[in-house]
Amino acid sequence: MSTQLLTYLFVGASFALYIGIAIWSRAGSTKDFYIAGGGVHPVINGMATAADWMSAASFISMAGIISFIGRDGSVYLLGWTGGYVLLALLLAPYLRKFGRFTVPDFIGERYYSQAARIVAVVCLIFVSFTYVAGQMRGVGIVFSRFLEVEVSTGVIIGMAVVFMYAVLGGMKGITYTQVAQYCVLIFAYMVPAIFISIMITGNPIPQLGFGSEVIDGSGLSVLEKLDGVLLELGFSSYTAGTKSTIDVFAITAALMFGTAGLPHVLVRFFTVPKVSDARLSAGYALVFIAILYTTAPAVASFARINLVDTVHNTAYADAPEWFGNWEATELVAWQDKNNDGLMQYGPGSALSPAKPQFDGETGVYGERLLKNQPTESINEIYIDPDIIVLANPEIAGLPGWVIALVAAGGVAAALSTAAGLLLVISSAISHDLLKQTLLPKITEKQELLFARVAAAVAVCIAGLFGIYPPAFVAQVVAFAFGLAAASLFPALLLGIFSKRANKEGAISGMLVGLVFTFTYIAYFKFLAPHLNNSEYWLWGISPEGIGSIGMILNFAFAITISRLTSQPPESVQKLVDNIRVPSGPGAPSQH
Amino acid sequence: MKSDSIDSDSKEHRQSNSQKLYWQANLRLLFKLLAVWFFVSFGCGIVFADWLDQFSIAGFKLGFWFSQQGAIYVFVILIFVYSKQMKVLDRQFGLENQDDAGQTHENPKS
Repeated sequence: MSTQLLTYLFVGASFALYIGIAIWSRAGSTKDFYIAGGGVHPVINGMATAADWMSAASFISMAGIISFIGRDGSVYLLGWTGGYVLLALLLAPYLRKFGRFTVPDFIGERYYSQAARIVAVVCLIFVSFTYVAGQMRGVGIVFSRFLEVEVSTGVIIGMAVVFMYAVLGGMKGITYTQVAQYCVLIFAYMVPAIFISIMITGNPIPQLGFGSEVIDGSGLSVLEKLDGVLLELGFSSYTAGTKSTIDVFAITAALMFGTAGLPHVLVRFFTVPKVSDARLSAGYALVFIAILYTTAPAVASFARINLVDTVHNTAYADAPEWFGNWEATELVAWQDKNNDGLMQYGPGSALSPAKPQFDGETGVYGERLLKNQPTESINEIYIDPDIIVLANPEIAGLPGWVIALVAAGGVAAALSTAAGLLLVISSAISHDLLKQTLLPKITEKQELLFARVAAAVAVCIAGLFGIYPPAFVAQVVAFAFGLAAASLFPALLLGIFSKRANKEGAISGMLVGLVFTFTYIAYFKFLAPHLNNSEYWLWGISPEGIGSIGMILNFAFAITISRLTSQPPESVQKLVDNIRVPSGPGAPSQH
Repeated sequence: MKSDSIDSDSKEHRQSNSQKLYWQANLRLLFKLLAVWFFVSFGCGIVFADWLDQFSIAGFKLGFWFSQQGAIYVFVILIFVYSKQMKVLDRQFGLENQDDAGQTHENPKS
């Protein structure tokens, strides 16, 4: 069977599974729709959280990014896992005890203020939409390469599937499809990783493999060989970082605190039956996540070695098949600067501008010709980091079914996260904006209908993002974390750990954090991109890491202003006492 | 429990006192675990990483290993330790395992 047929089969079968689950787990009440009825087993919730959390960025992009920046890529590994410790210890159990439906719900009640609730809704929508746009791009890439359909057709199919289970099943449908999606994606990630680890080192465990000796008789370990090869080609060493320590520190912190403040992750912990389950569930979530996150750096180093081995100084005519396949998707390109017919790989950008612009002609060796100007660098190859995971099975010469599996895994990762994000957007609108603020008189049935309509609208908007990706999407996804860290995290943390924190403090803190972080990012990324280097950054902190400074500002404002204004009312202090103990009823139910 | 006649005041007082102790014990545990969290990630993985690189473990430079593997394993352990210790603490203070008392809807267990 051809690889493409297999891919249709795998992706089609996984879609059938998701839709089957959606029909089986229809939501009957708002409680089902928002928090899956509140009876999800901690292991199931852990697995669903892992799929919810691991997006197209984790599955498709992360190993590729690490592959090209080596040691500096550790910020993603540390940041996106360390956040779970904060989540488990500082937020999840207390939010579960509070026991309502959404994150703005907590902020609105705790700070006894509709204004605080609305600010939280704005932060949530902002964070979630930037994030969801990135997922749709992932679906588009997978479809265009593996199924050879138009990106827009792919996105519409993906949207139709998400529509089915998110709109019908709400959180309940999403939870059980996410469990299935986790199984698909982790299997799809591990199989090629294990194969490649065996091929390169003979060790079947990738986590150990990338420290083991390469079986080429050189006696060097994977990382030693990689350092050597890269230095020879003029790159900096793979295991040494190039970013400044303060920047690495700031980026890691922004990603960690941002992770703990992401609404679509937090809301998953509203779905377990007990407070102790919320703690335990965060642990399981991190186990399921860590399986992929400890494998990713191994995949990254294997892929880089493979890449240099198979591409550098190879004649284009003898180039491996995958090179041509991916050239067709415009994610790799070659420009023969010295007219020797060989592909030279080296540091620096091969093309100017950096992204390839094909002119539709083919050259003497059959390569696709470019309109880009050549740069000074000897490097002749453009490679988009996103292809590392997707092309890895081909680069390593694995059989067709592994390639098909990876395609299904990439789609699963993107869809599961998209669904989780769409759900928090729709519940923030139907529950916080409509039921709690604008239209308090609507019945539960009407609220459920509004939730479905909001989910449907959000799906369509996300689909448009996928078909017409705004140029800035890739850049902003990482900033969703900075914004979450600078806006939501401090308000949640103080709401639990400080009885003195009041609405004046929380609102001003959130606004200061959000505005500061947003302005800094917008300035360096959009208004003055030519100044975007460490010389002009505040204390050498890049826009990726500025969320941690925004967070400190948020805390400073929230604490100071809370001290200067009146205490929160008695009832709110009682509420704080209440959420700090795991037993007894949570916040009074009002639905 | 408030309706319980004469000693309701002292009972409430006792209860809030025990809640206070519970909260302090929780905070102590939090600080300990977060200190470890900070040490392995920002410490071993970032600040001391270059210094740690002179040592090696299973073919990895130690600092590199912490930043791409080790810290993640420690994170997992920390959450399970927290979950376990809090269970002990909940039991000690008689605050354990009340099933979702705040919710009025049916509560299917899976």
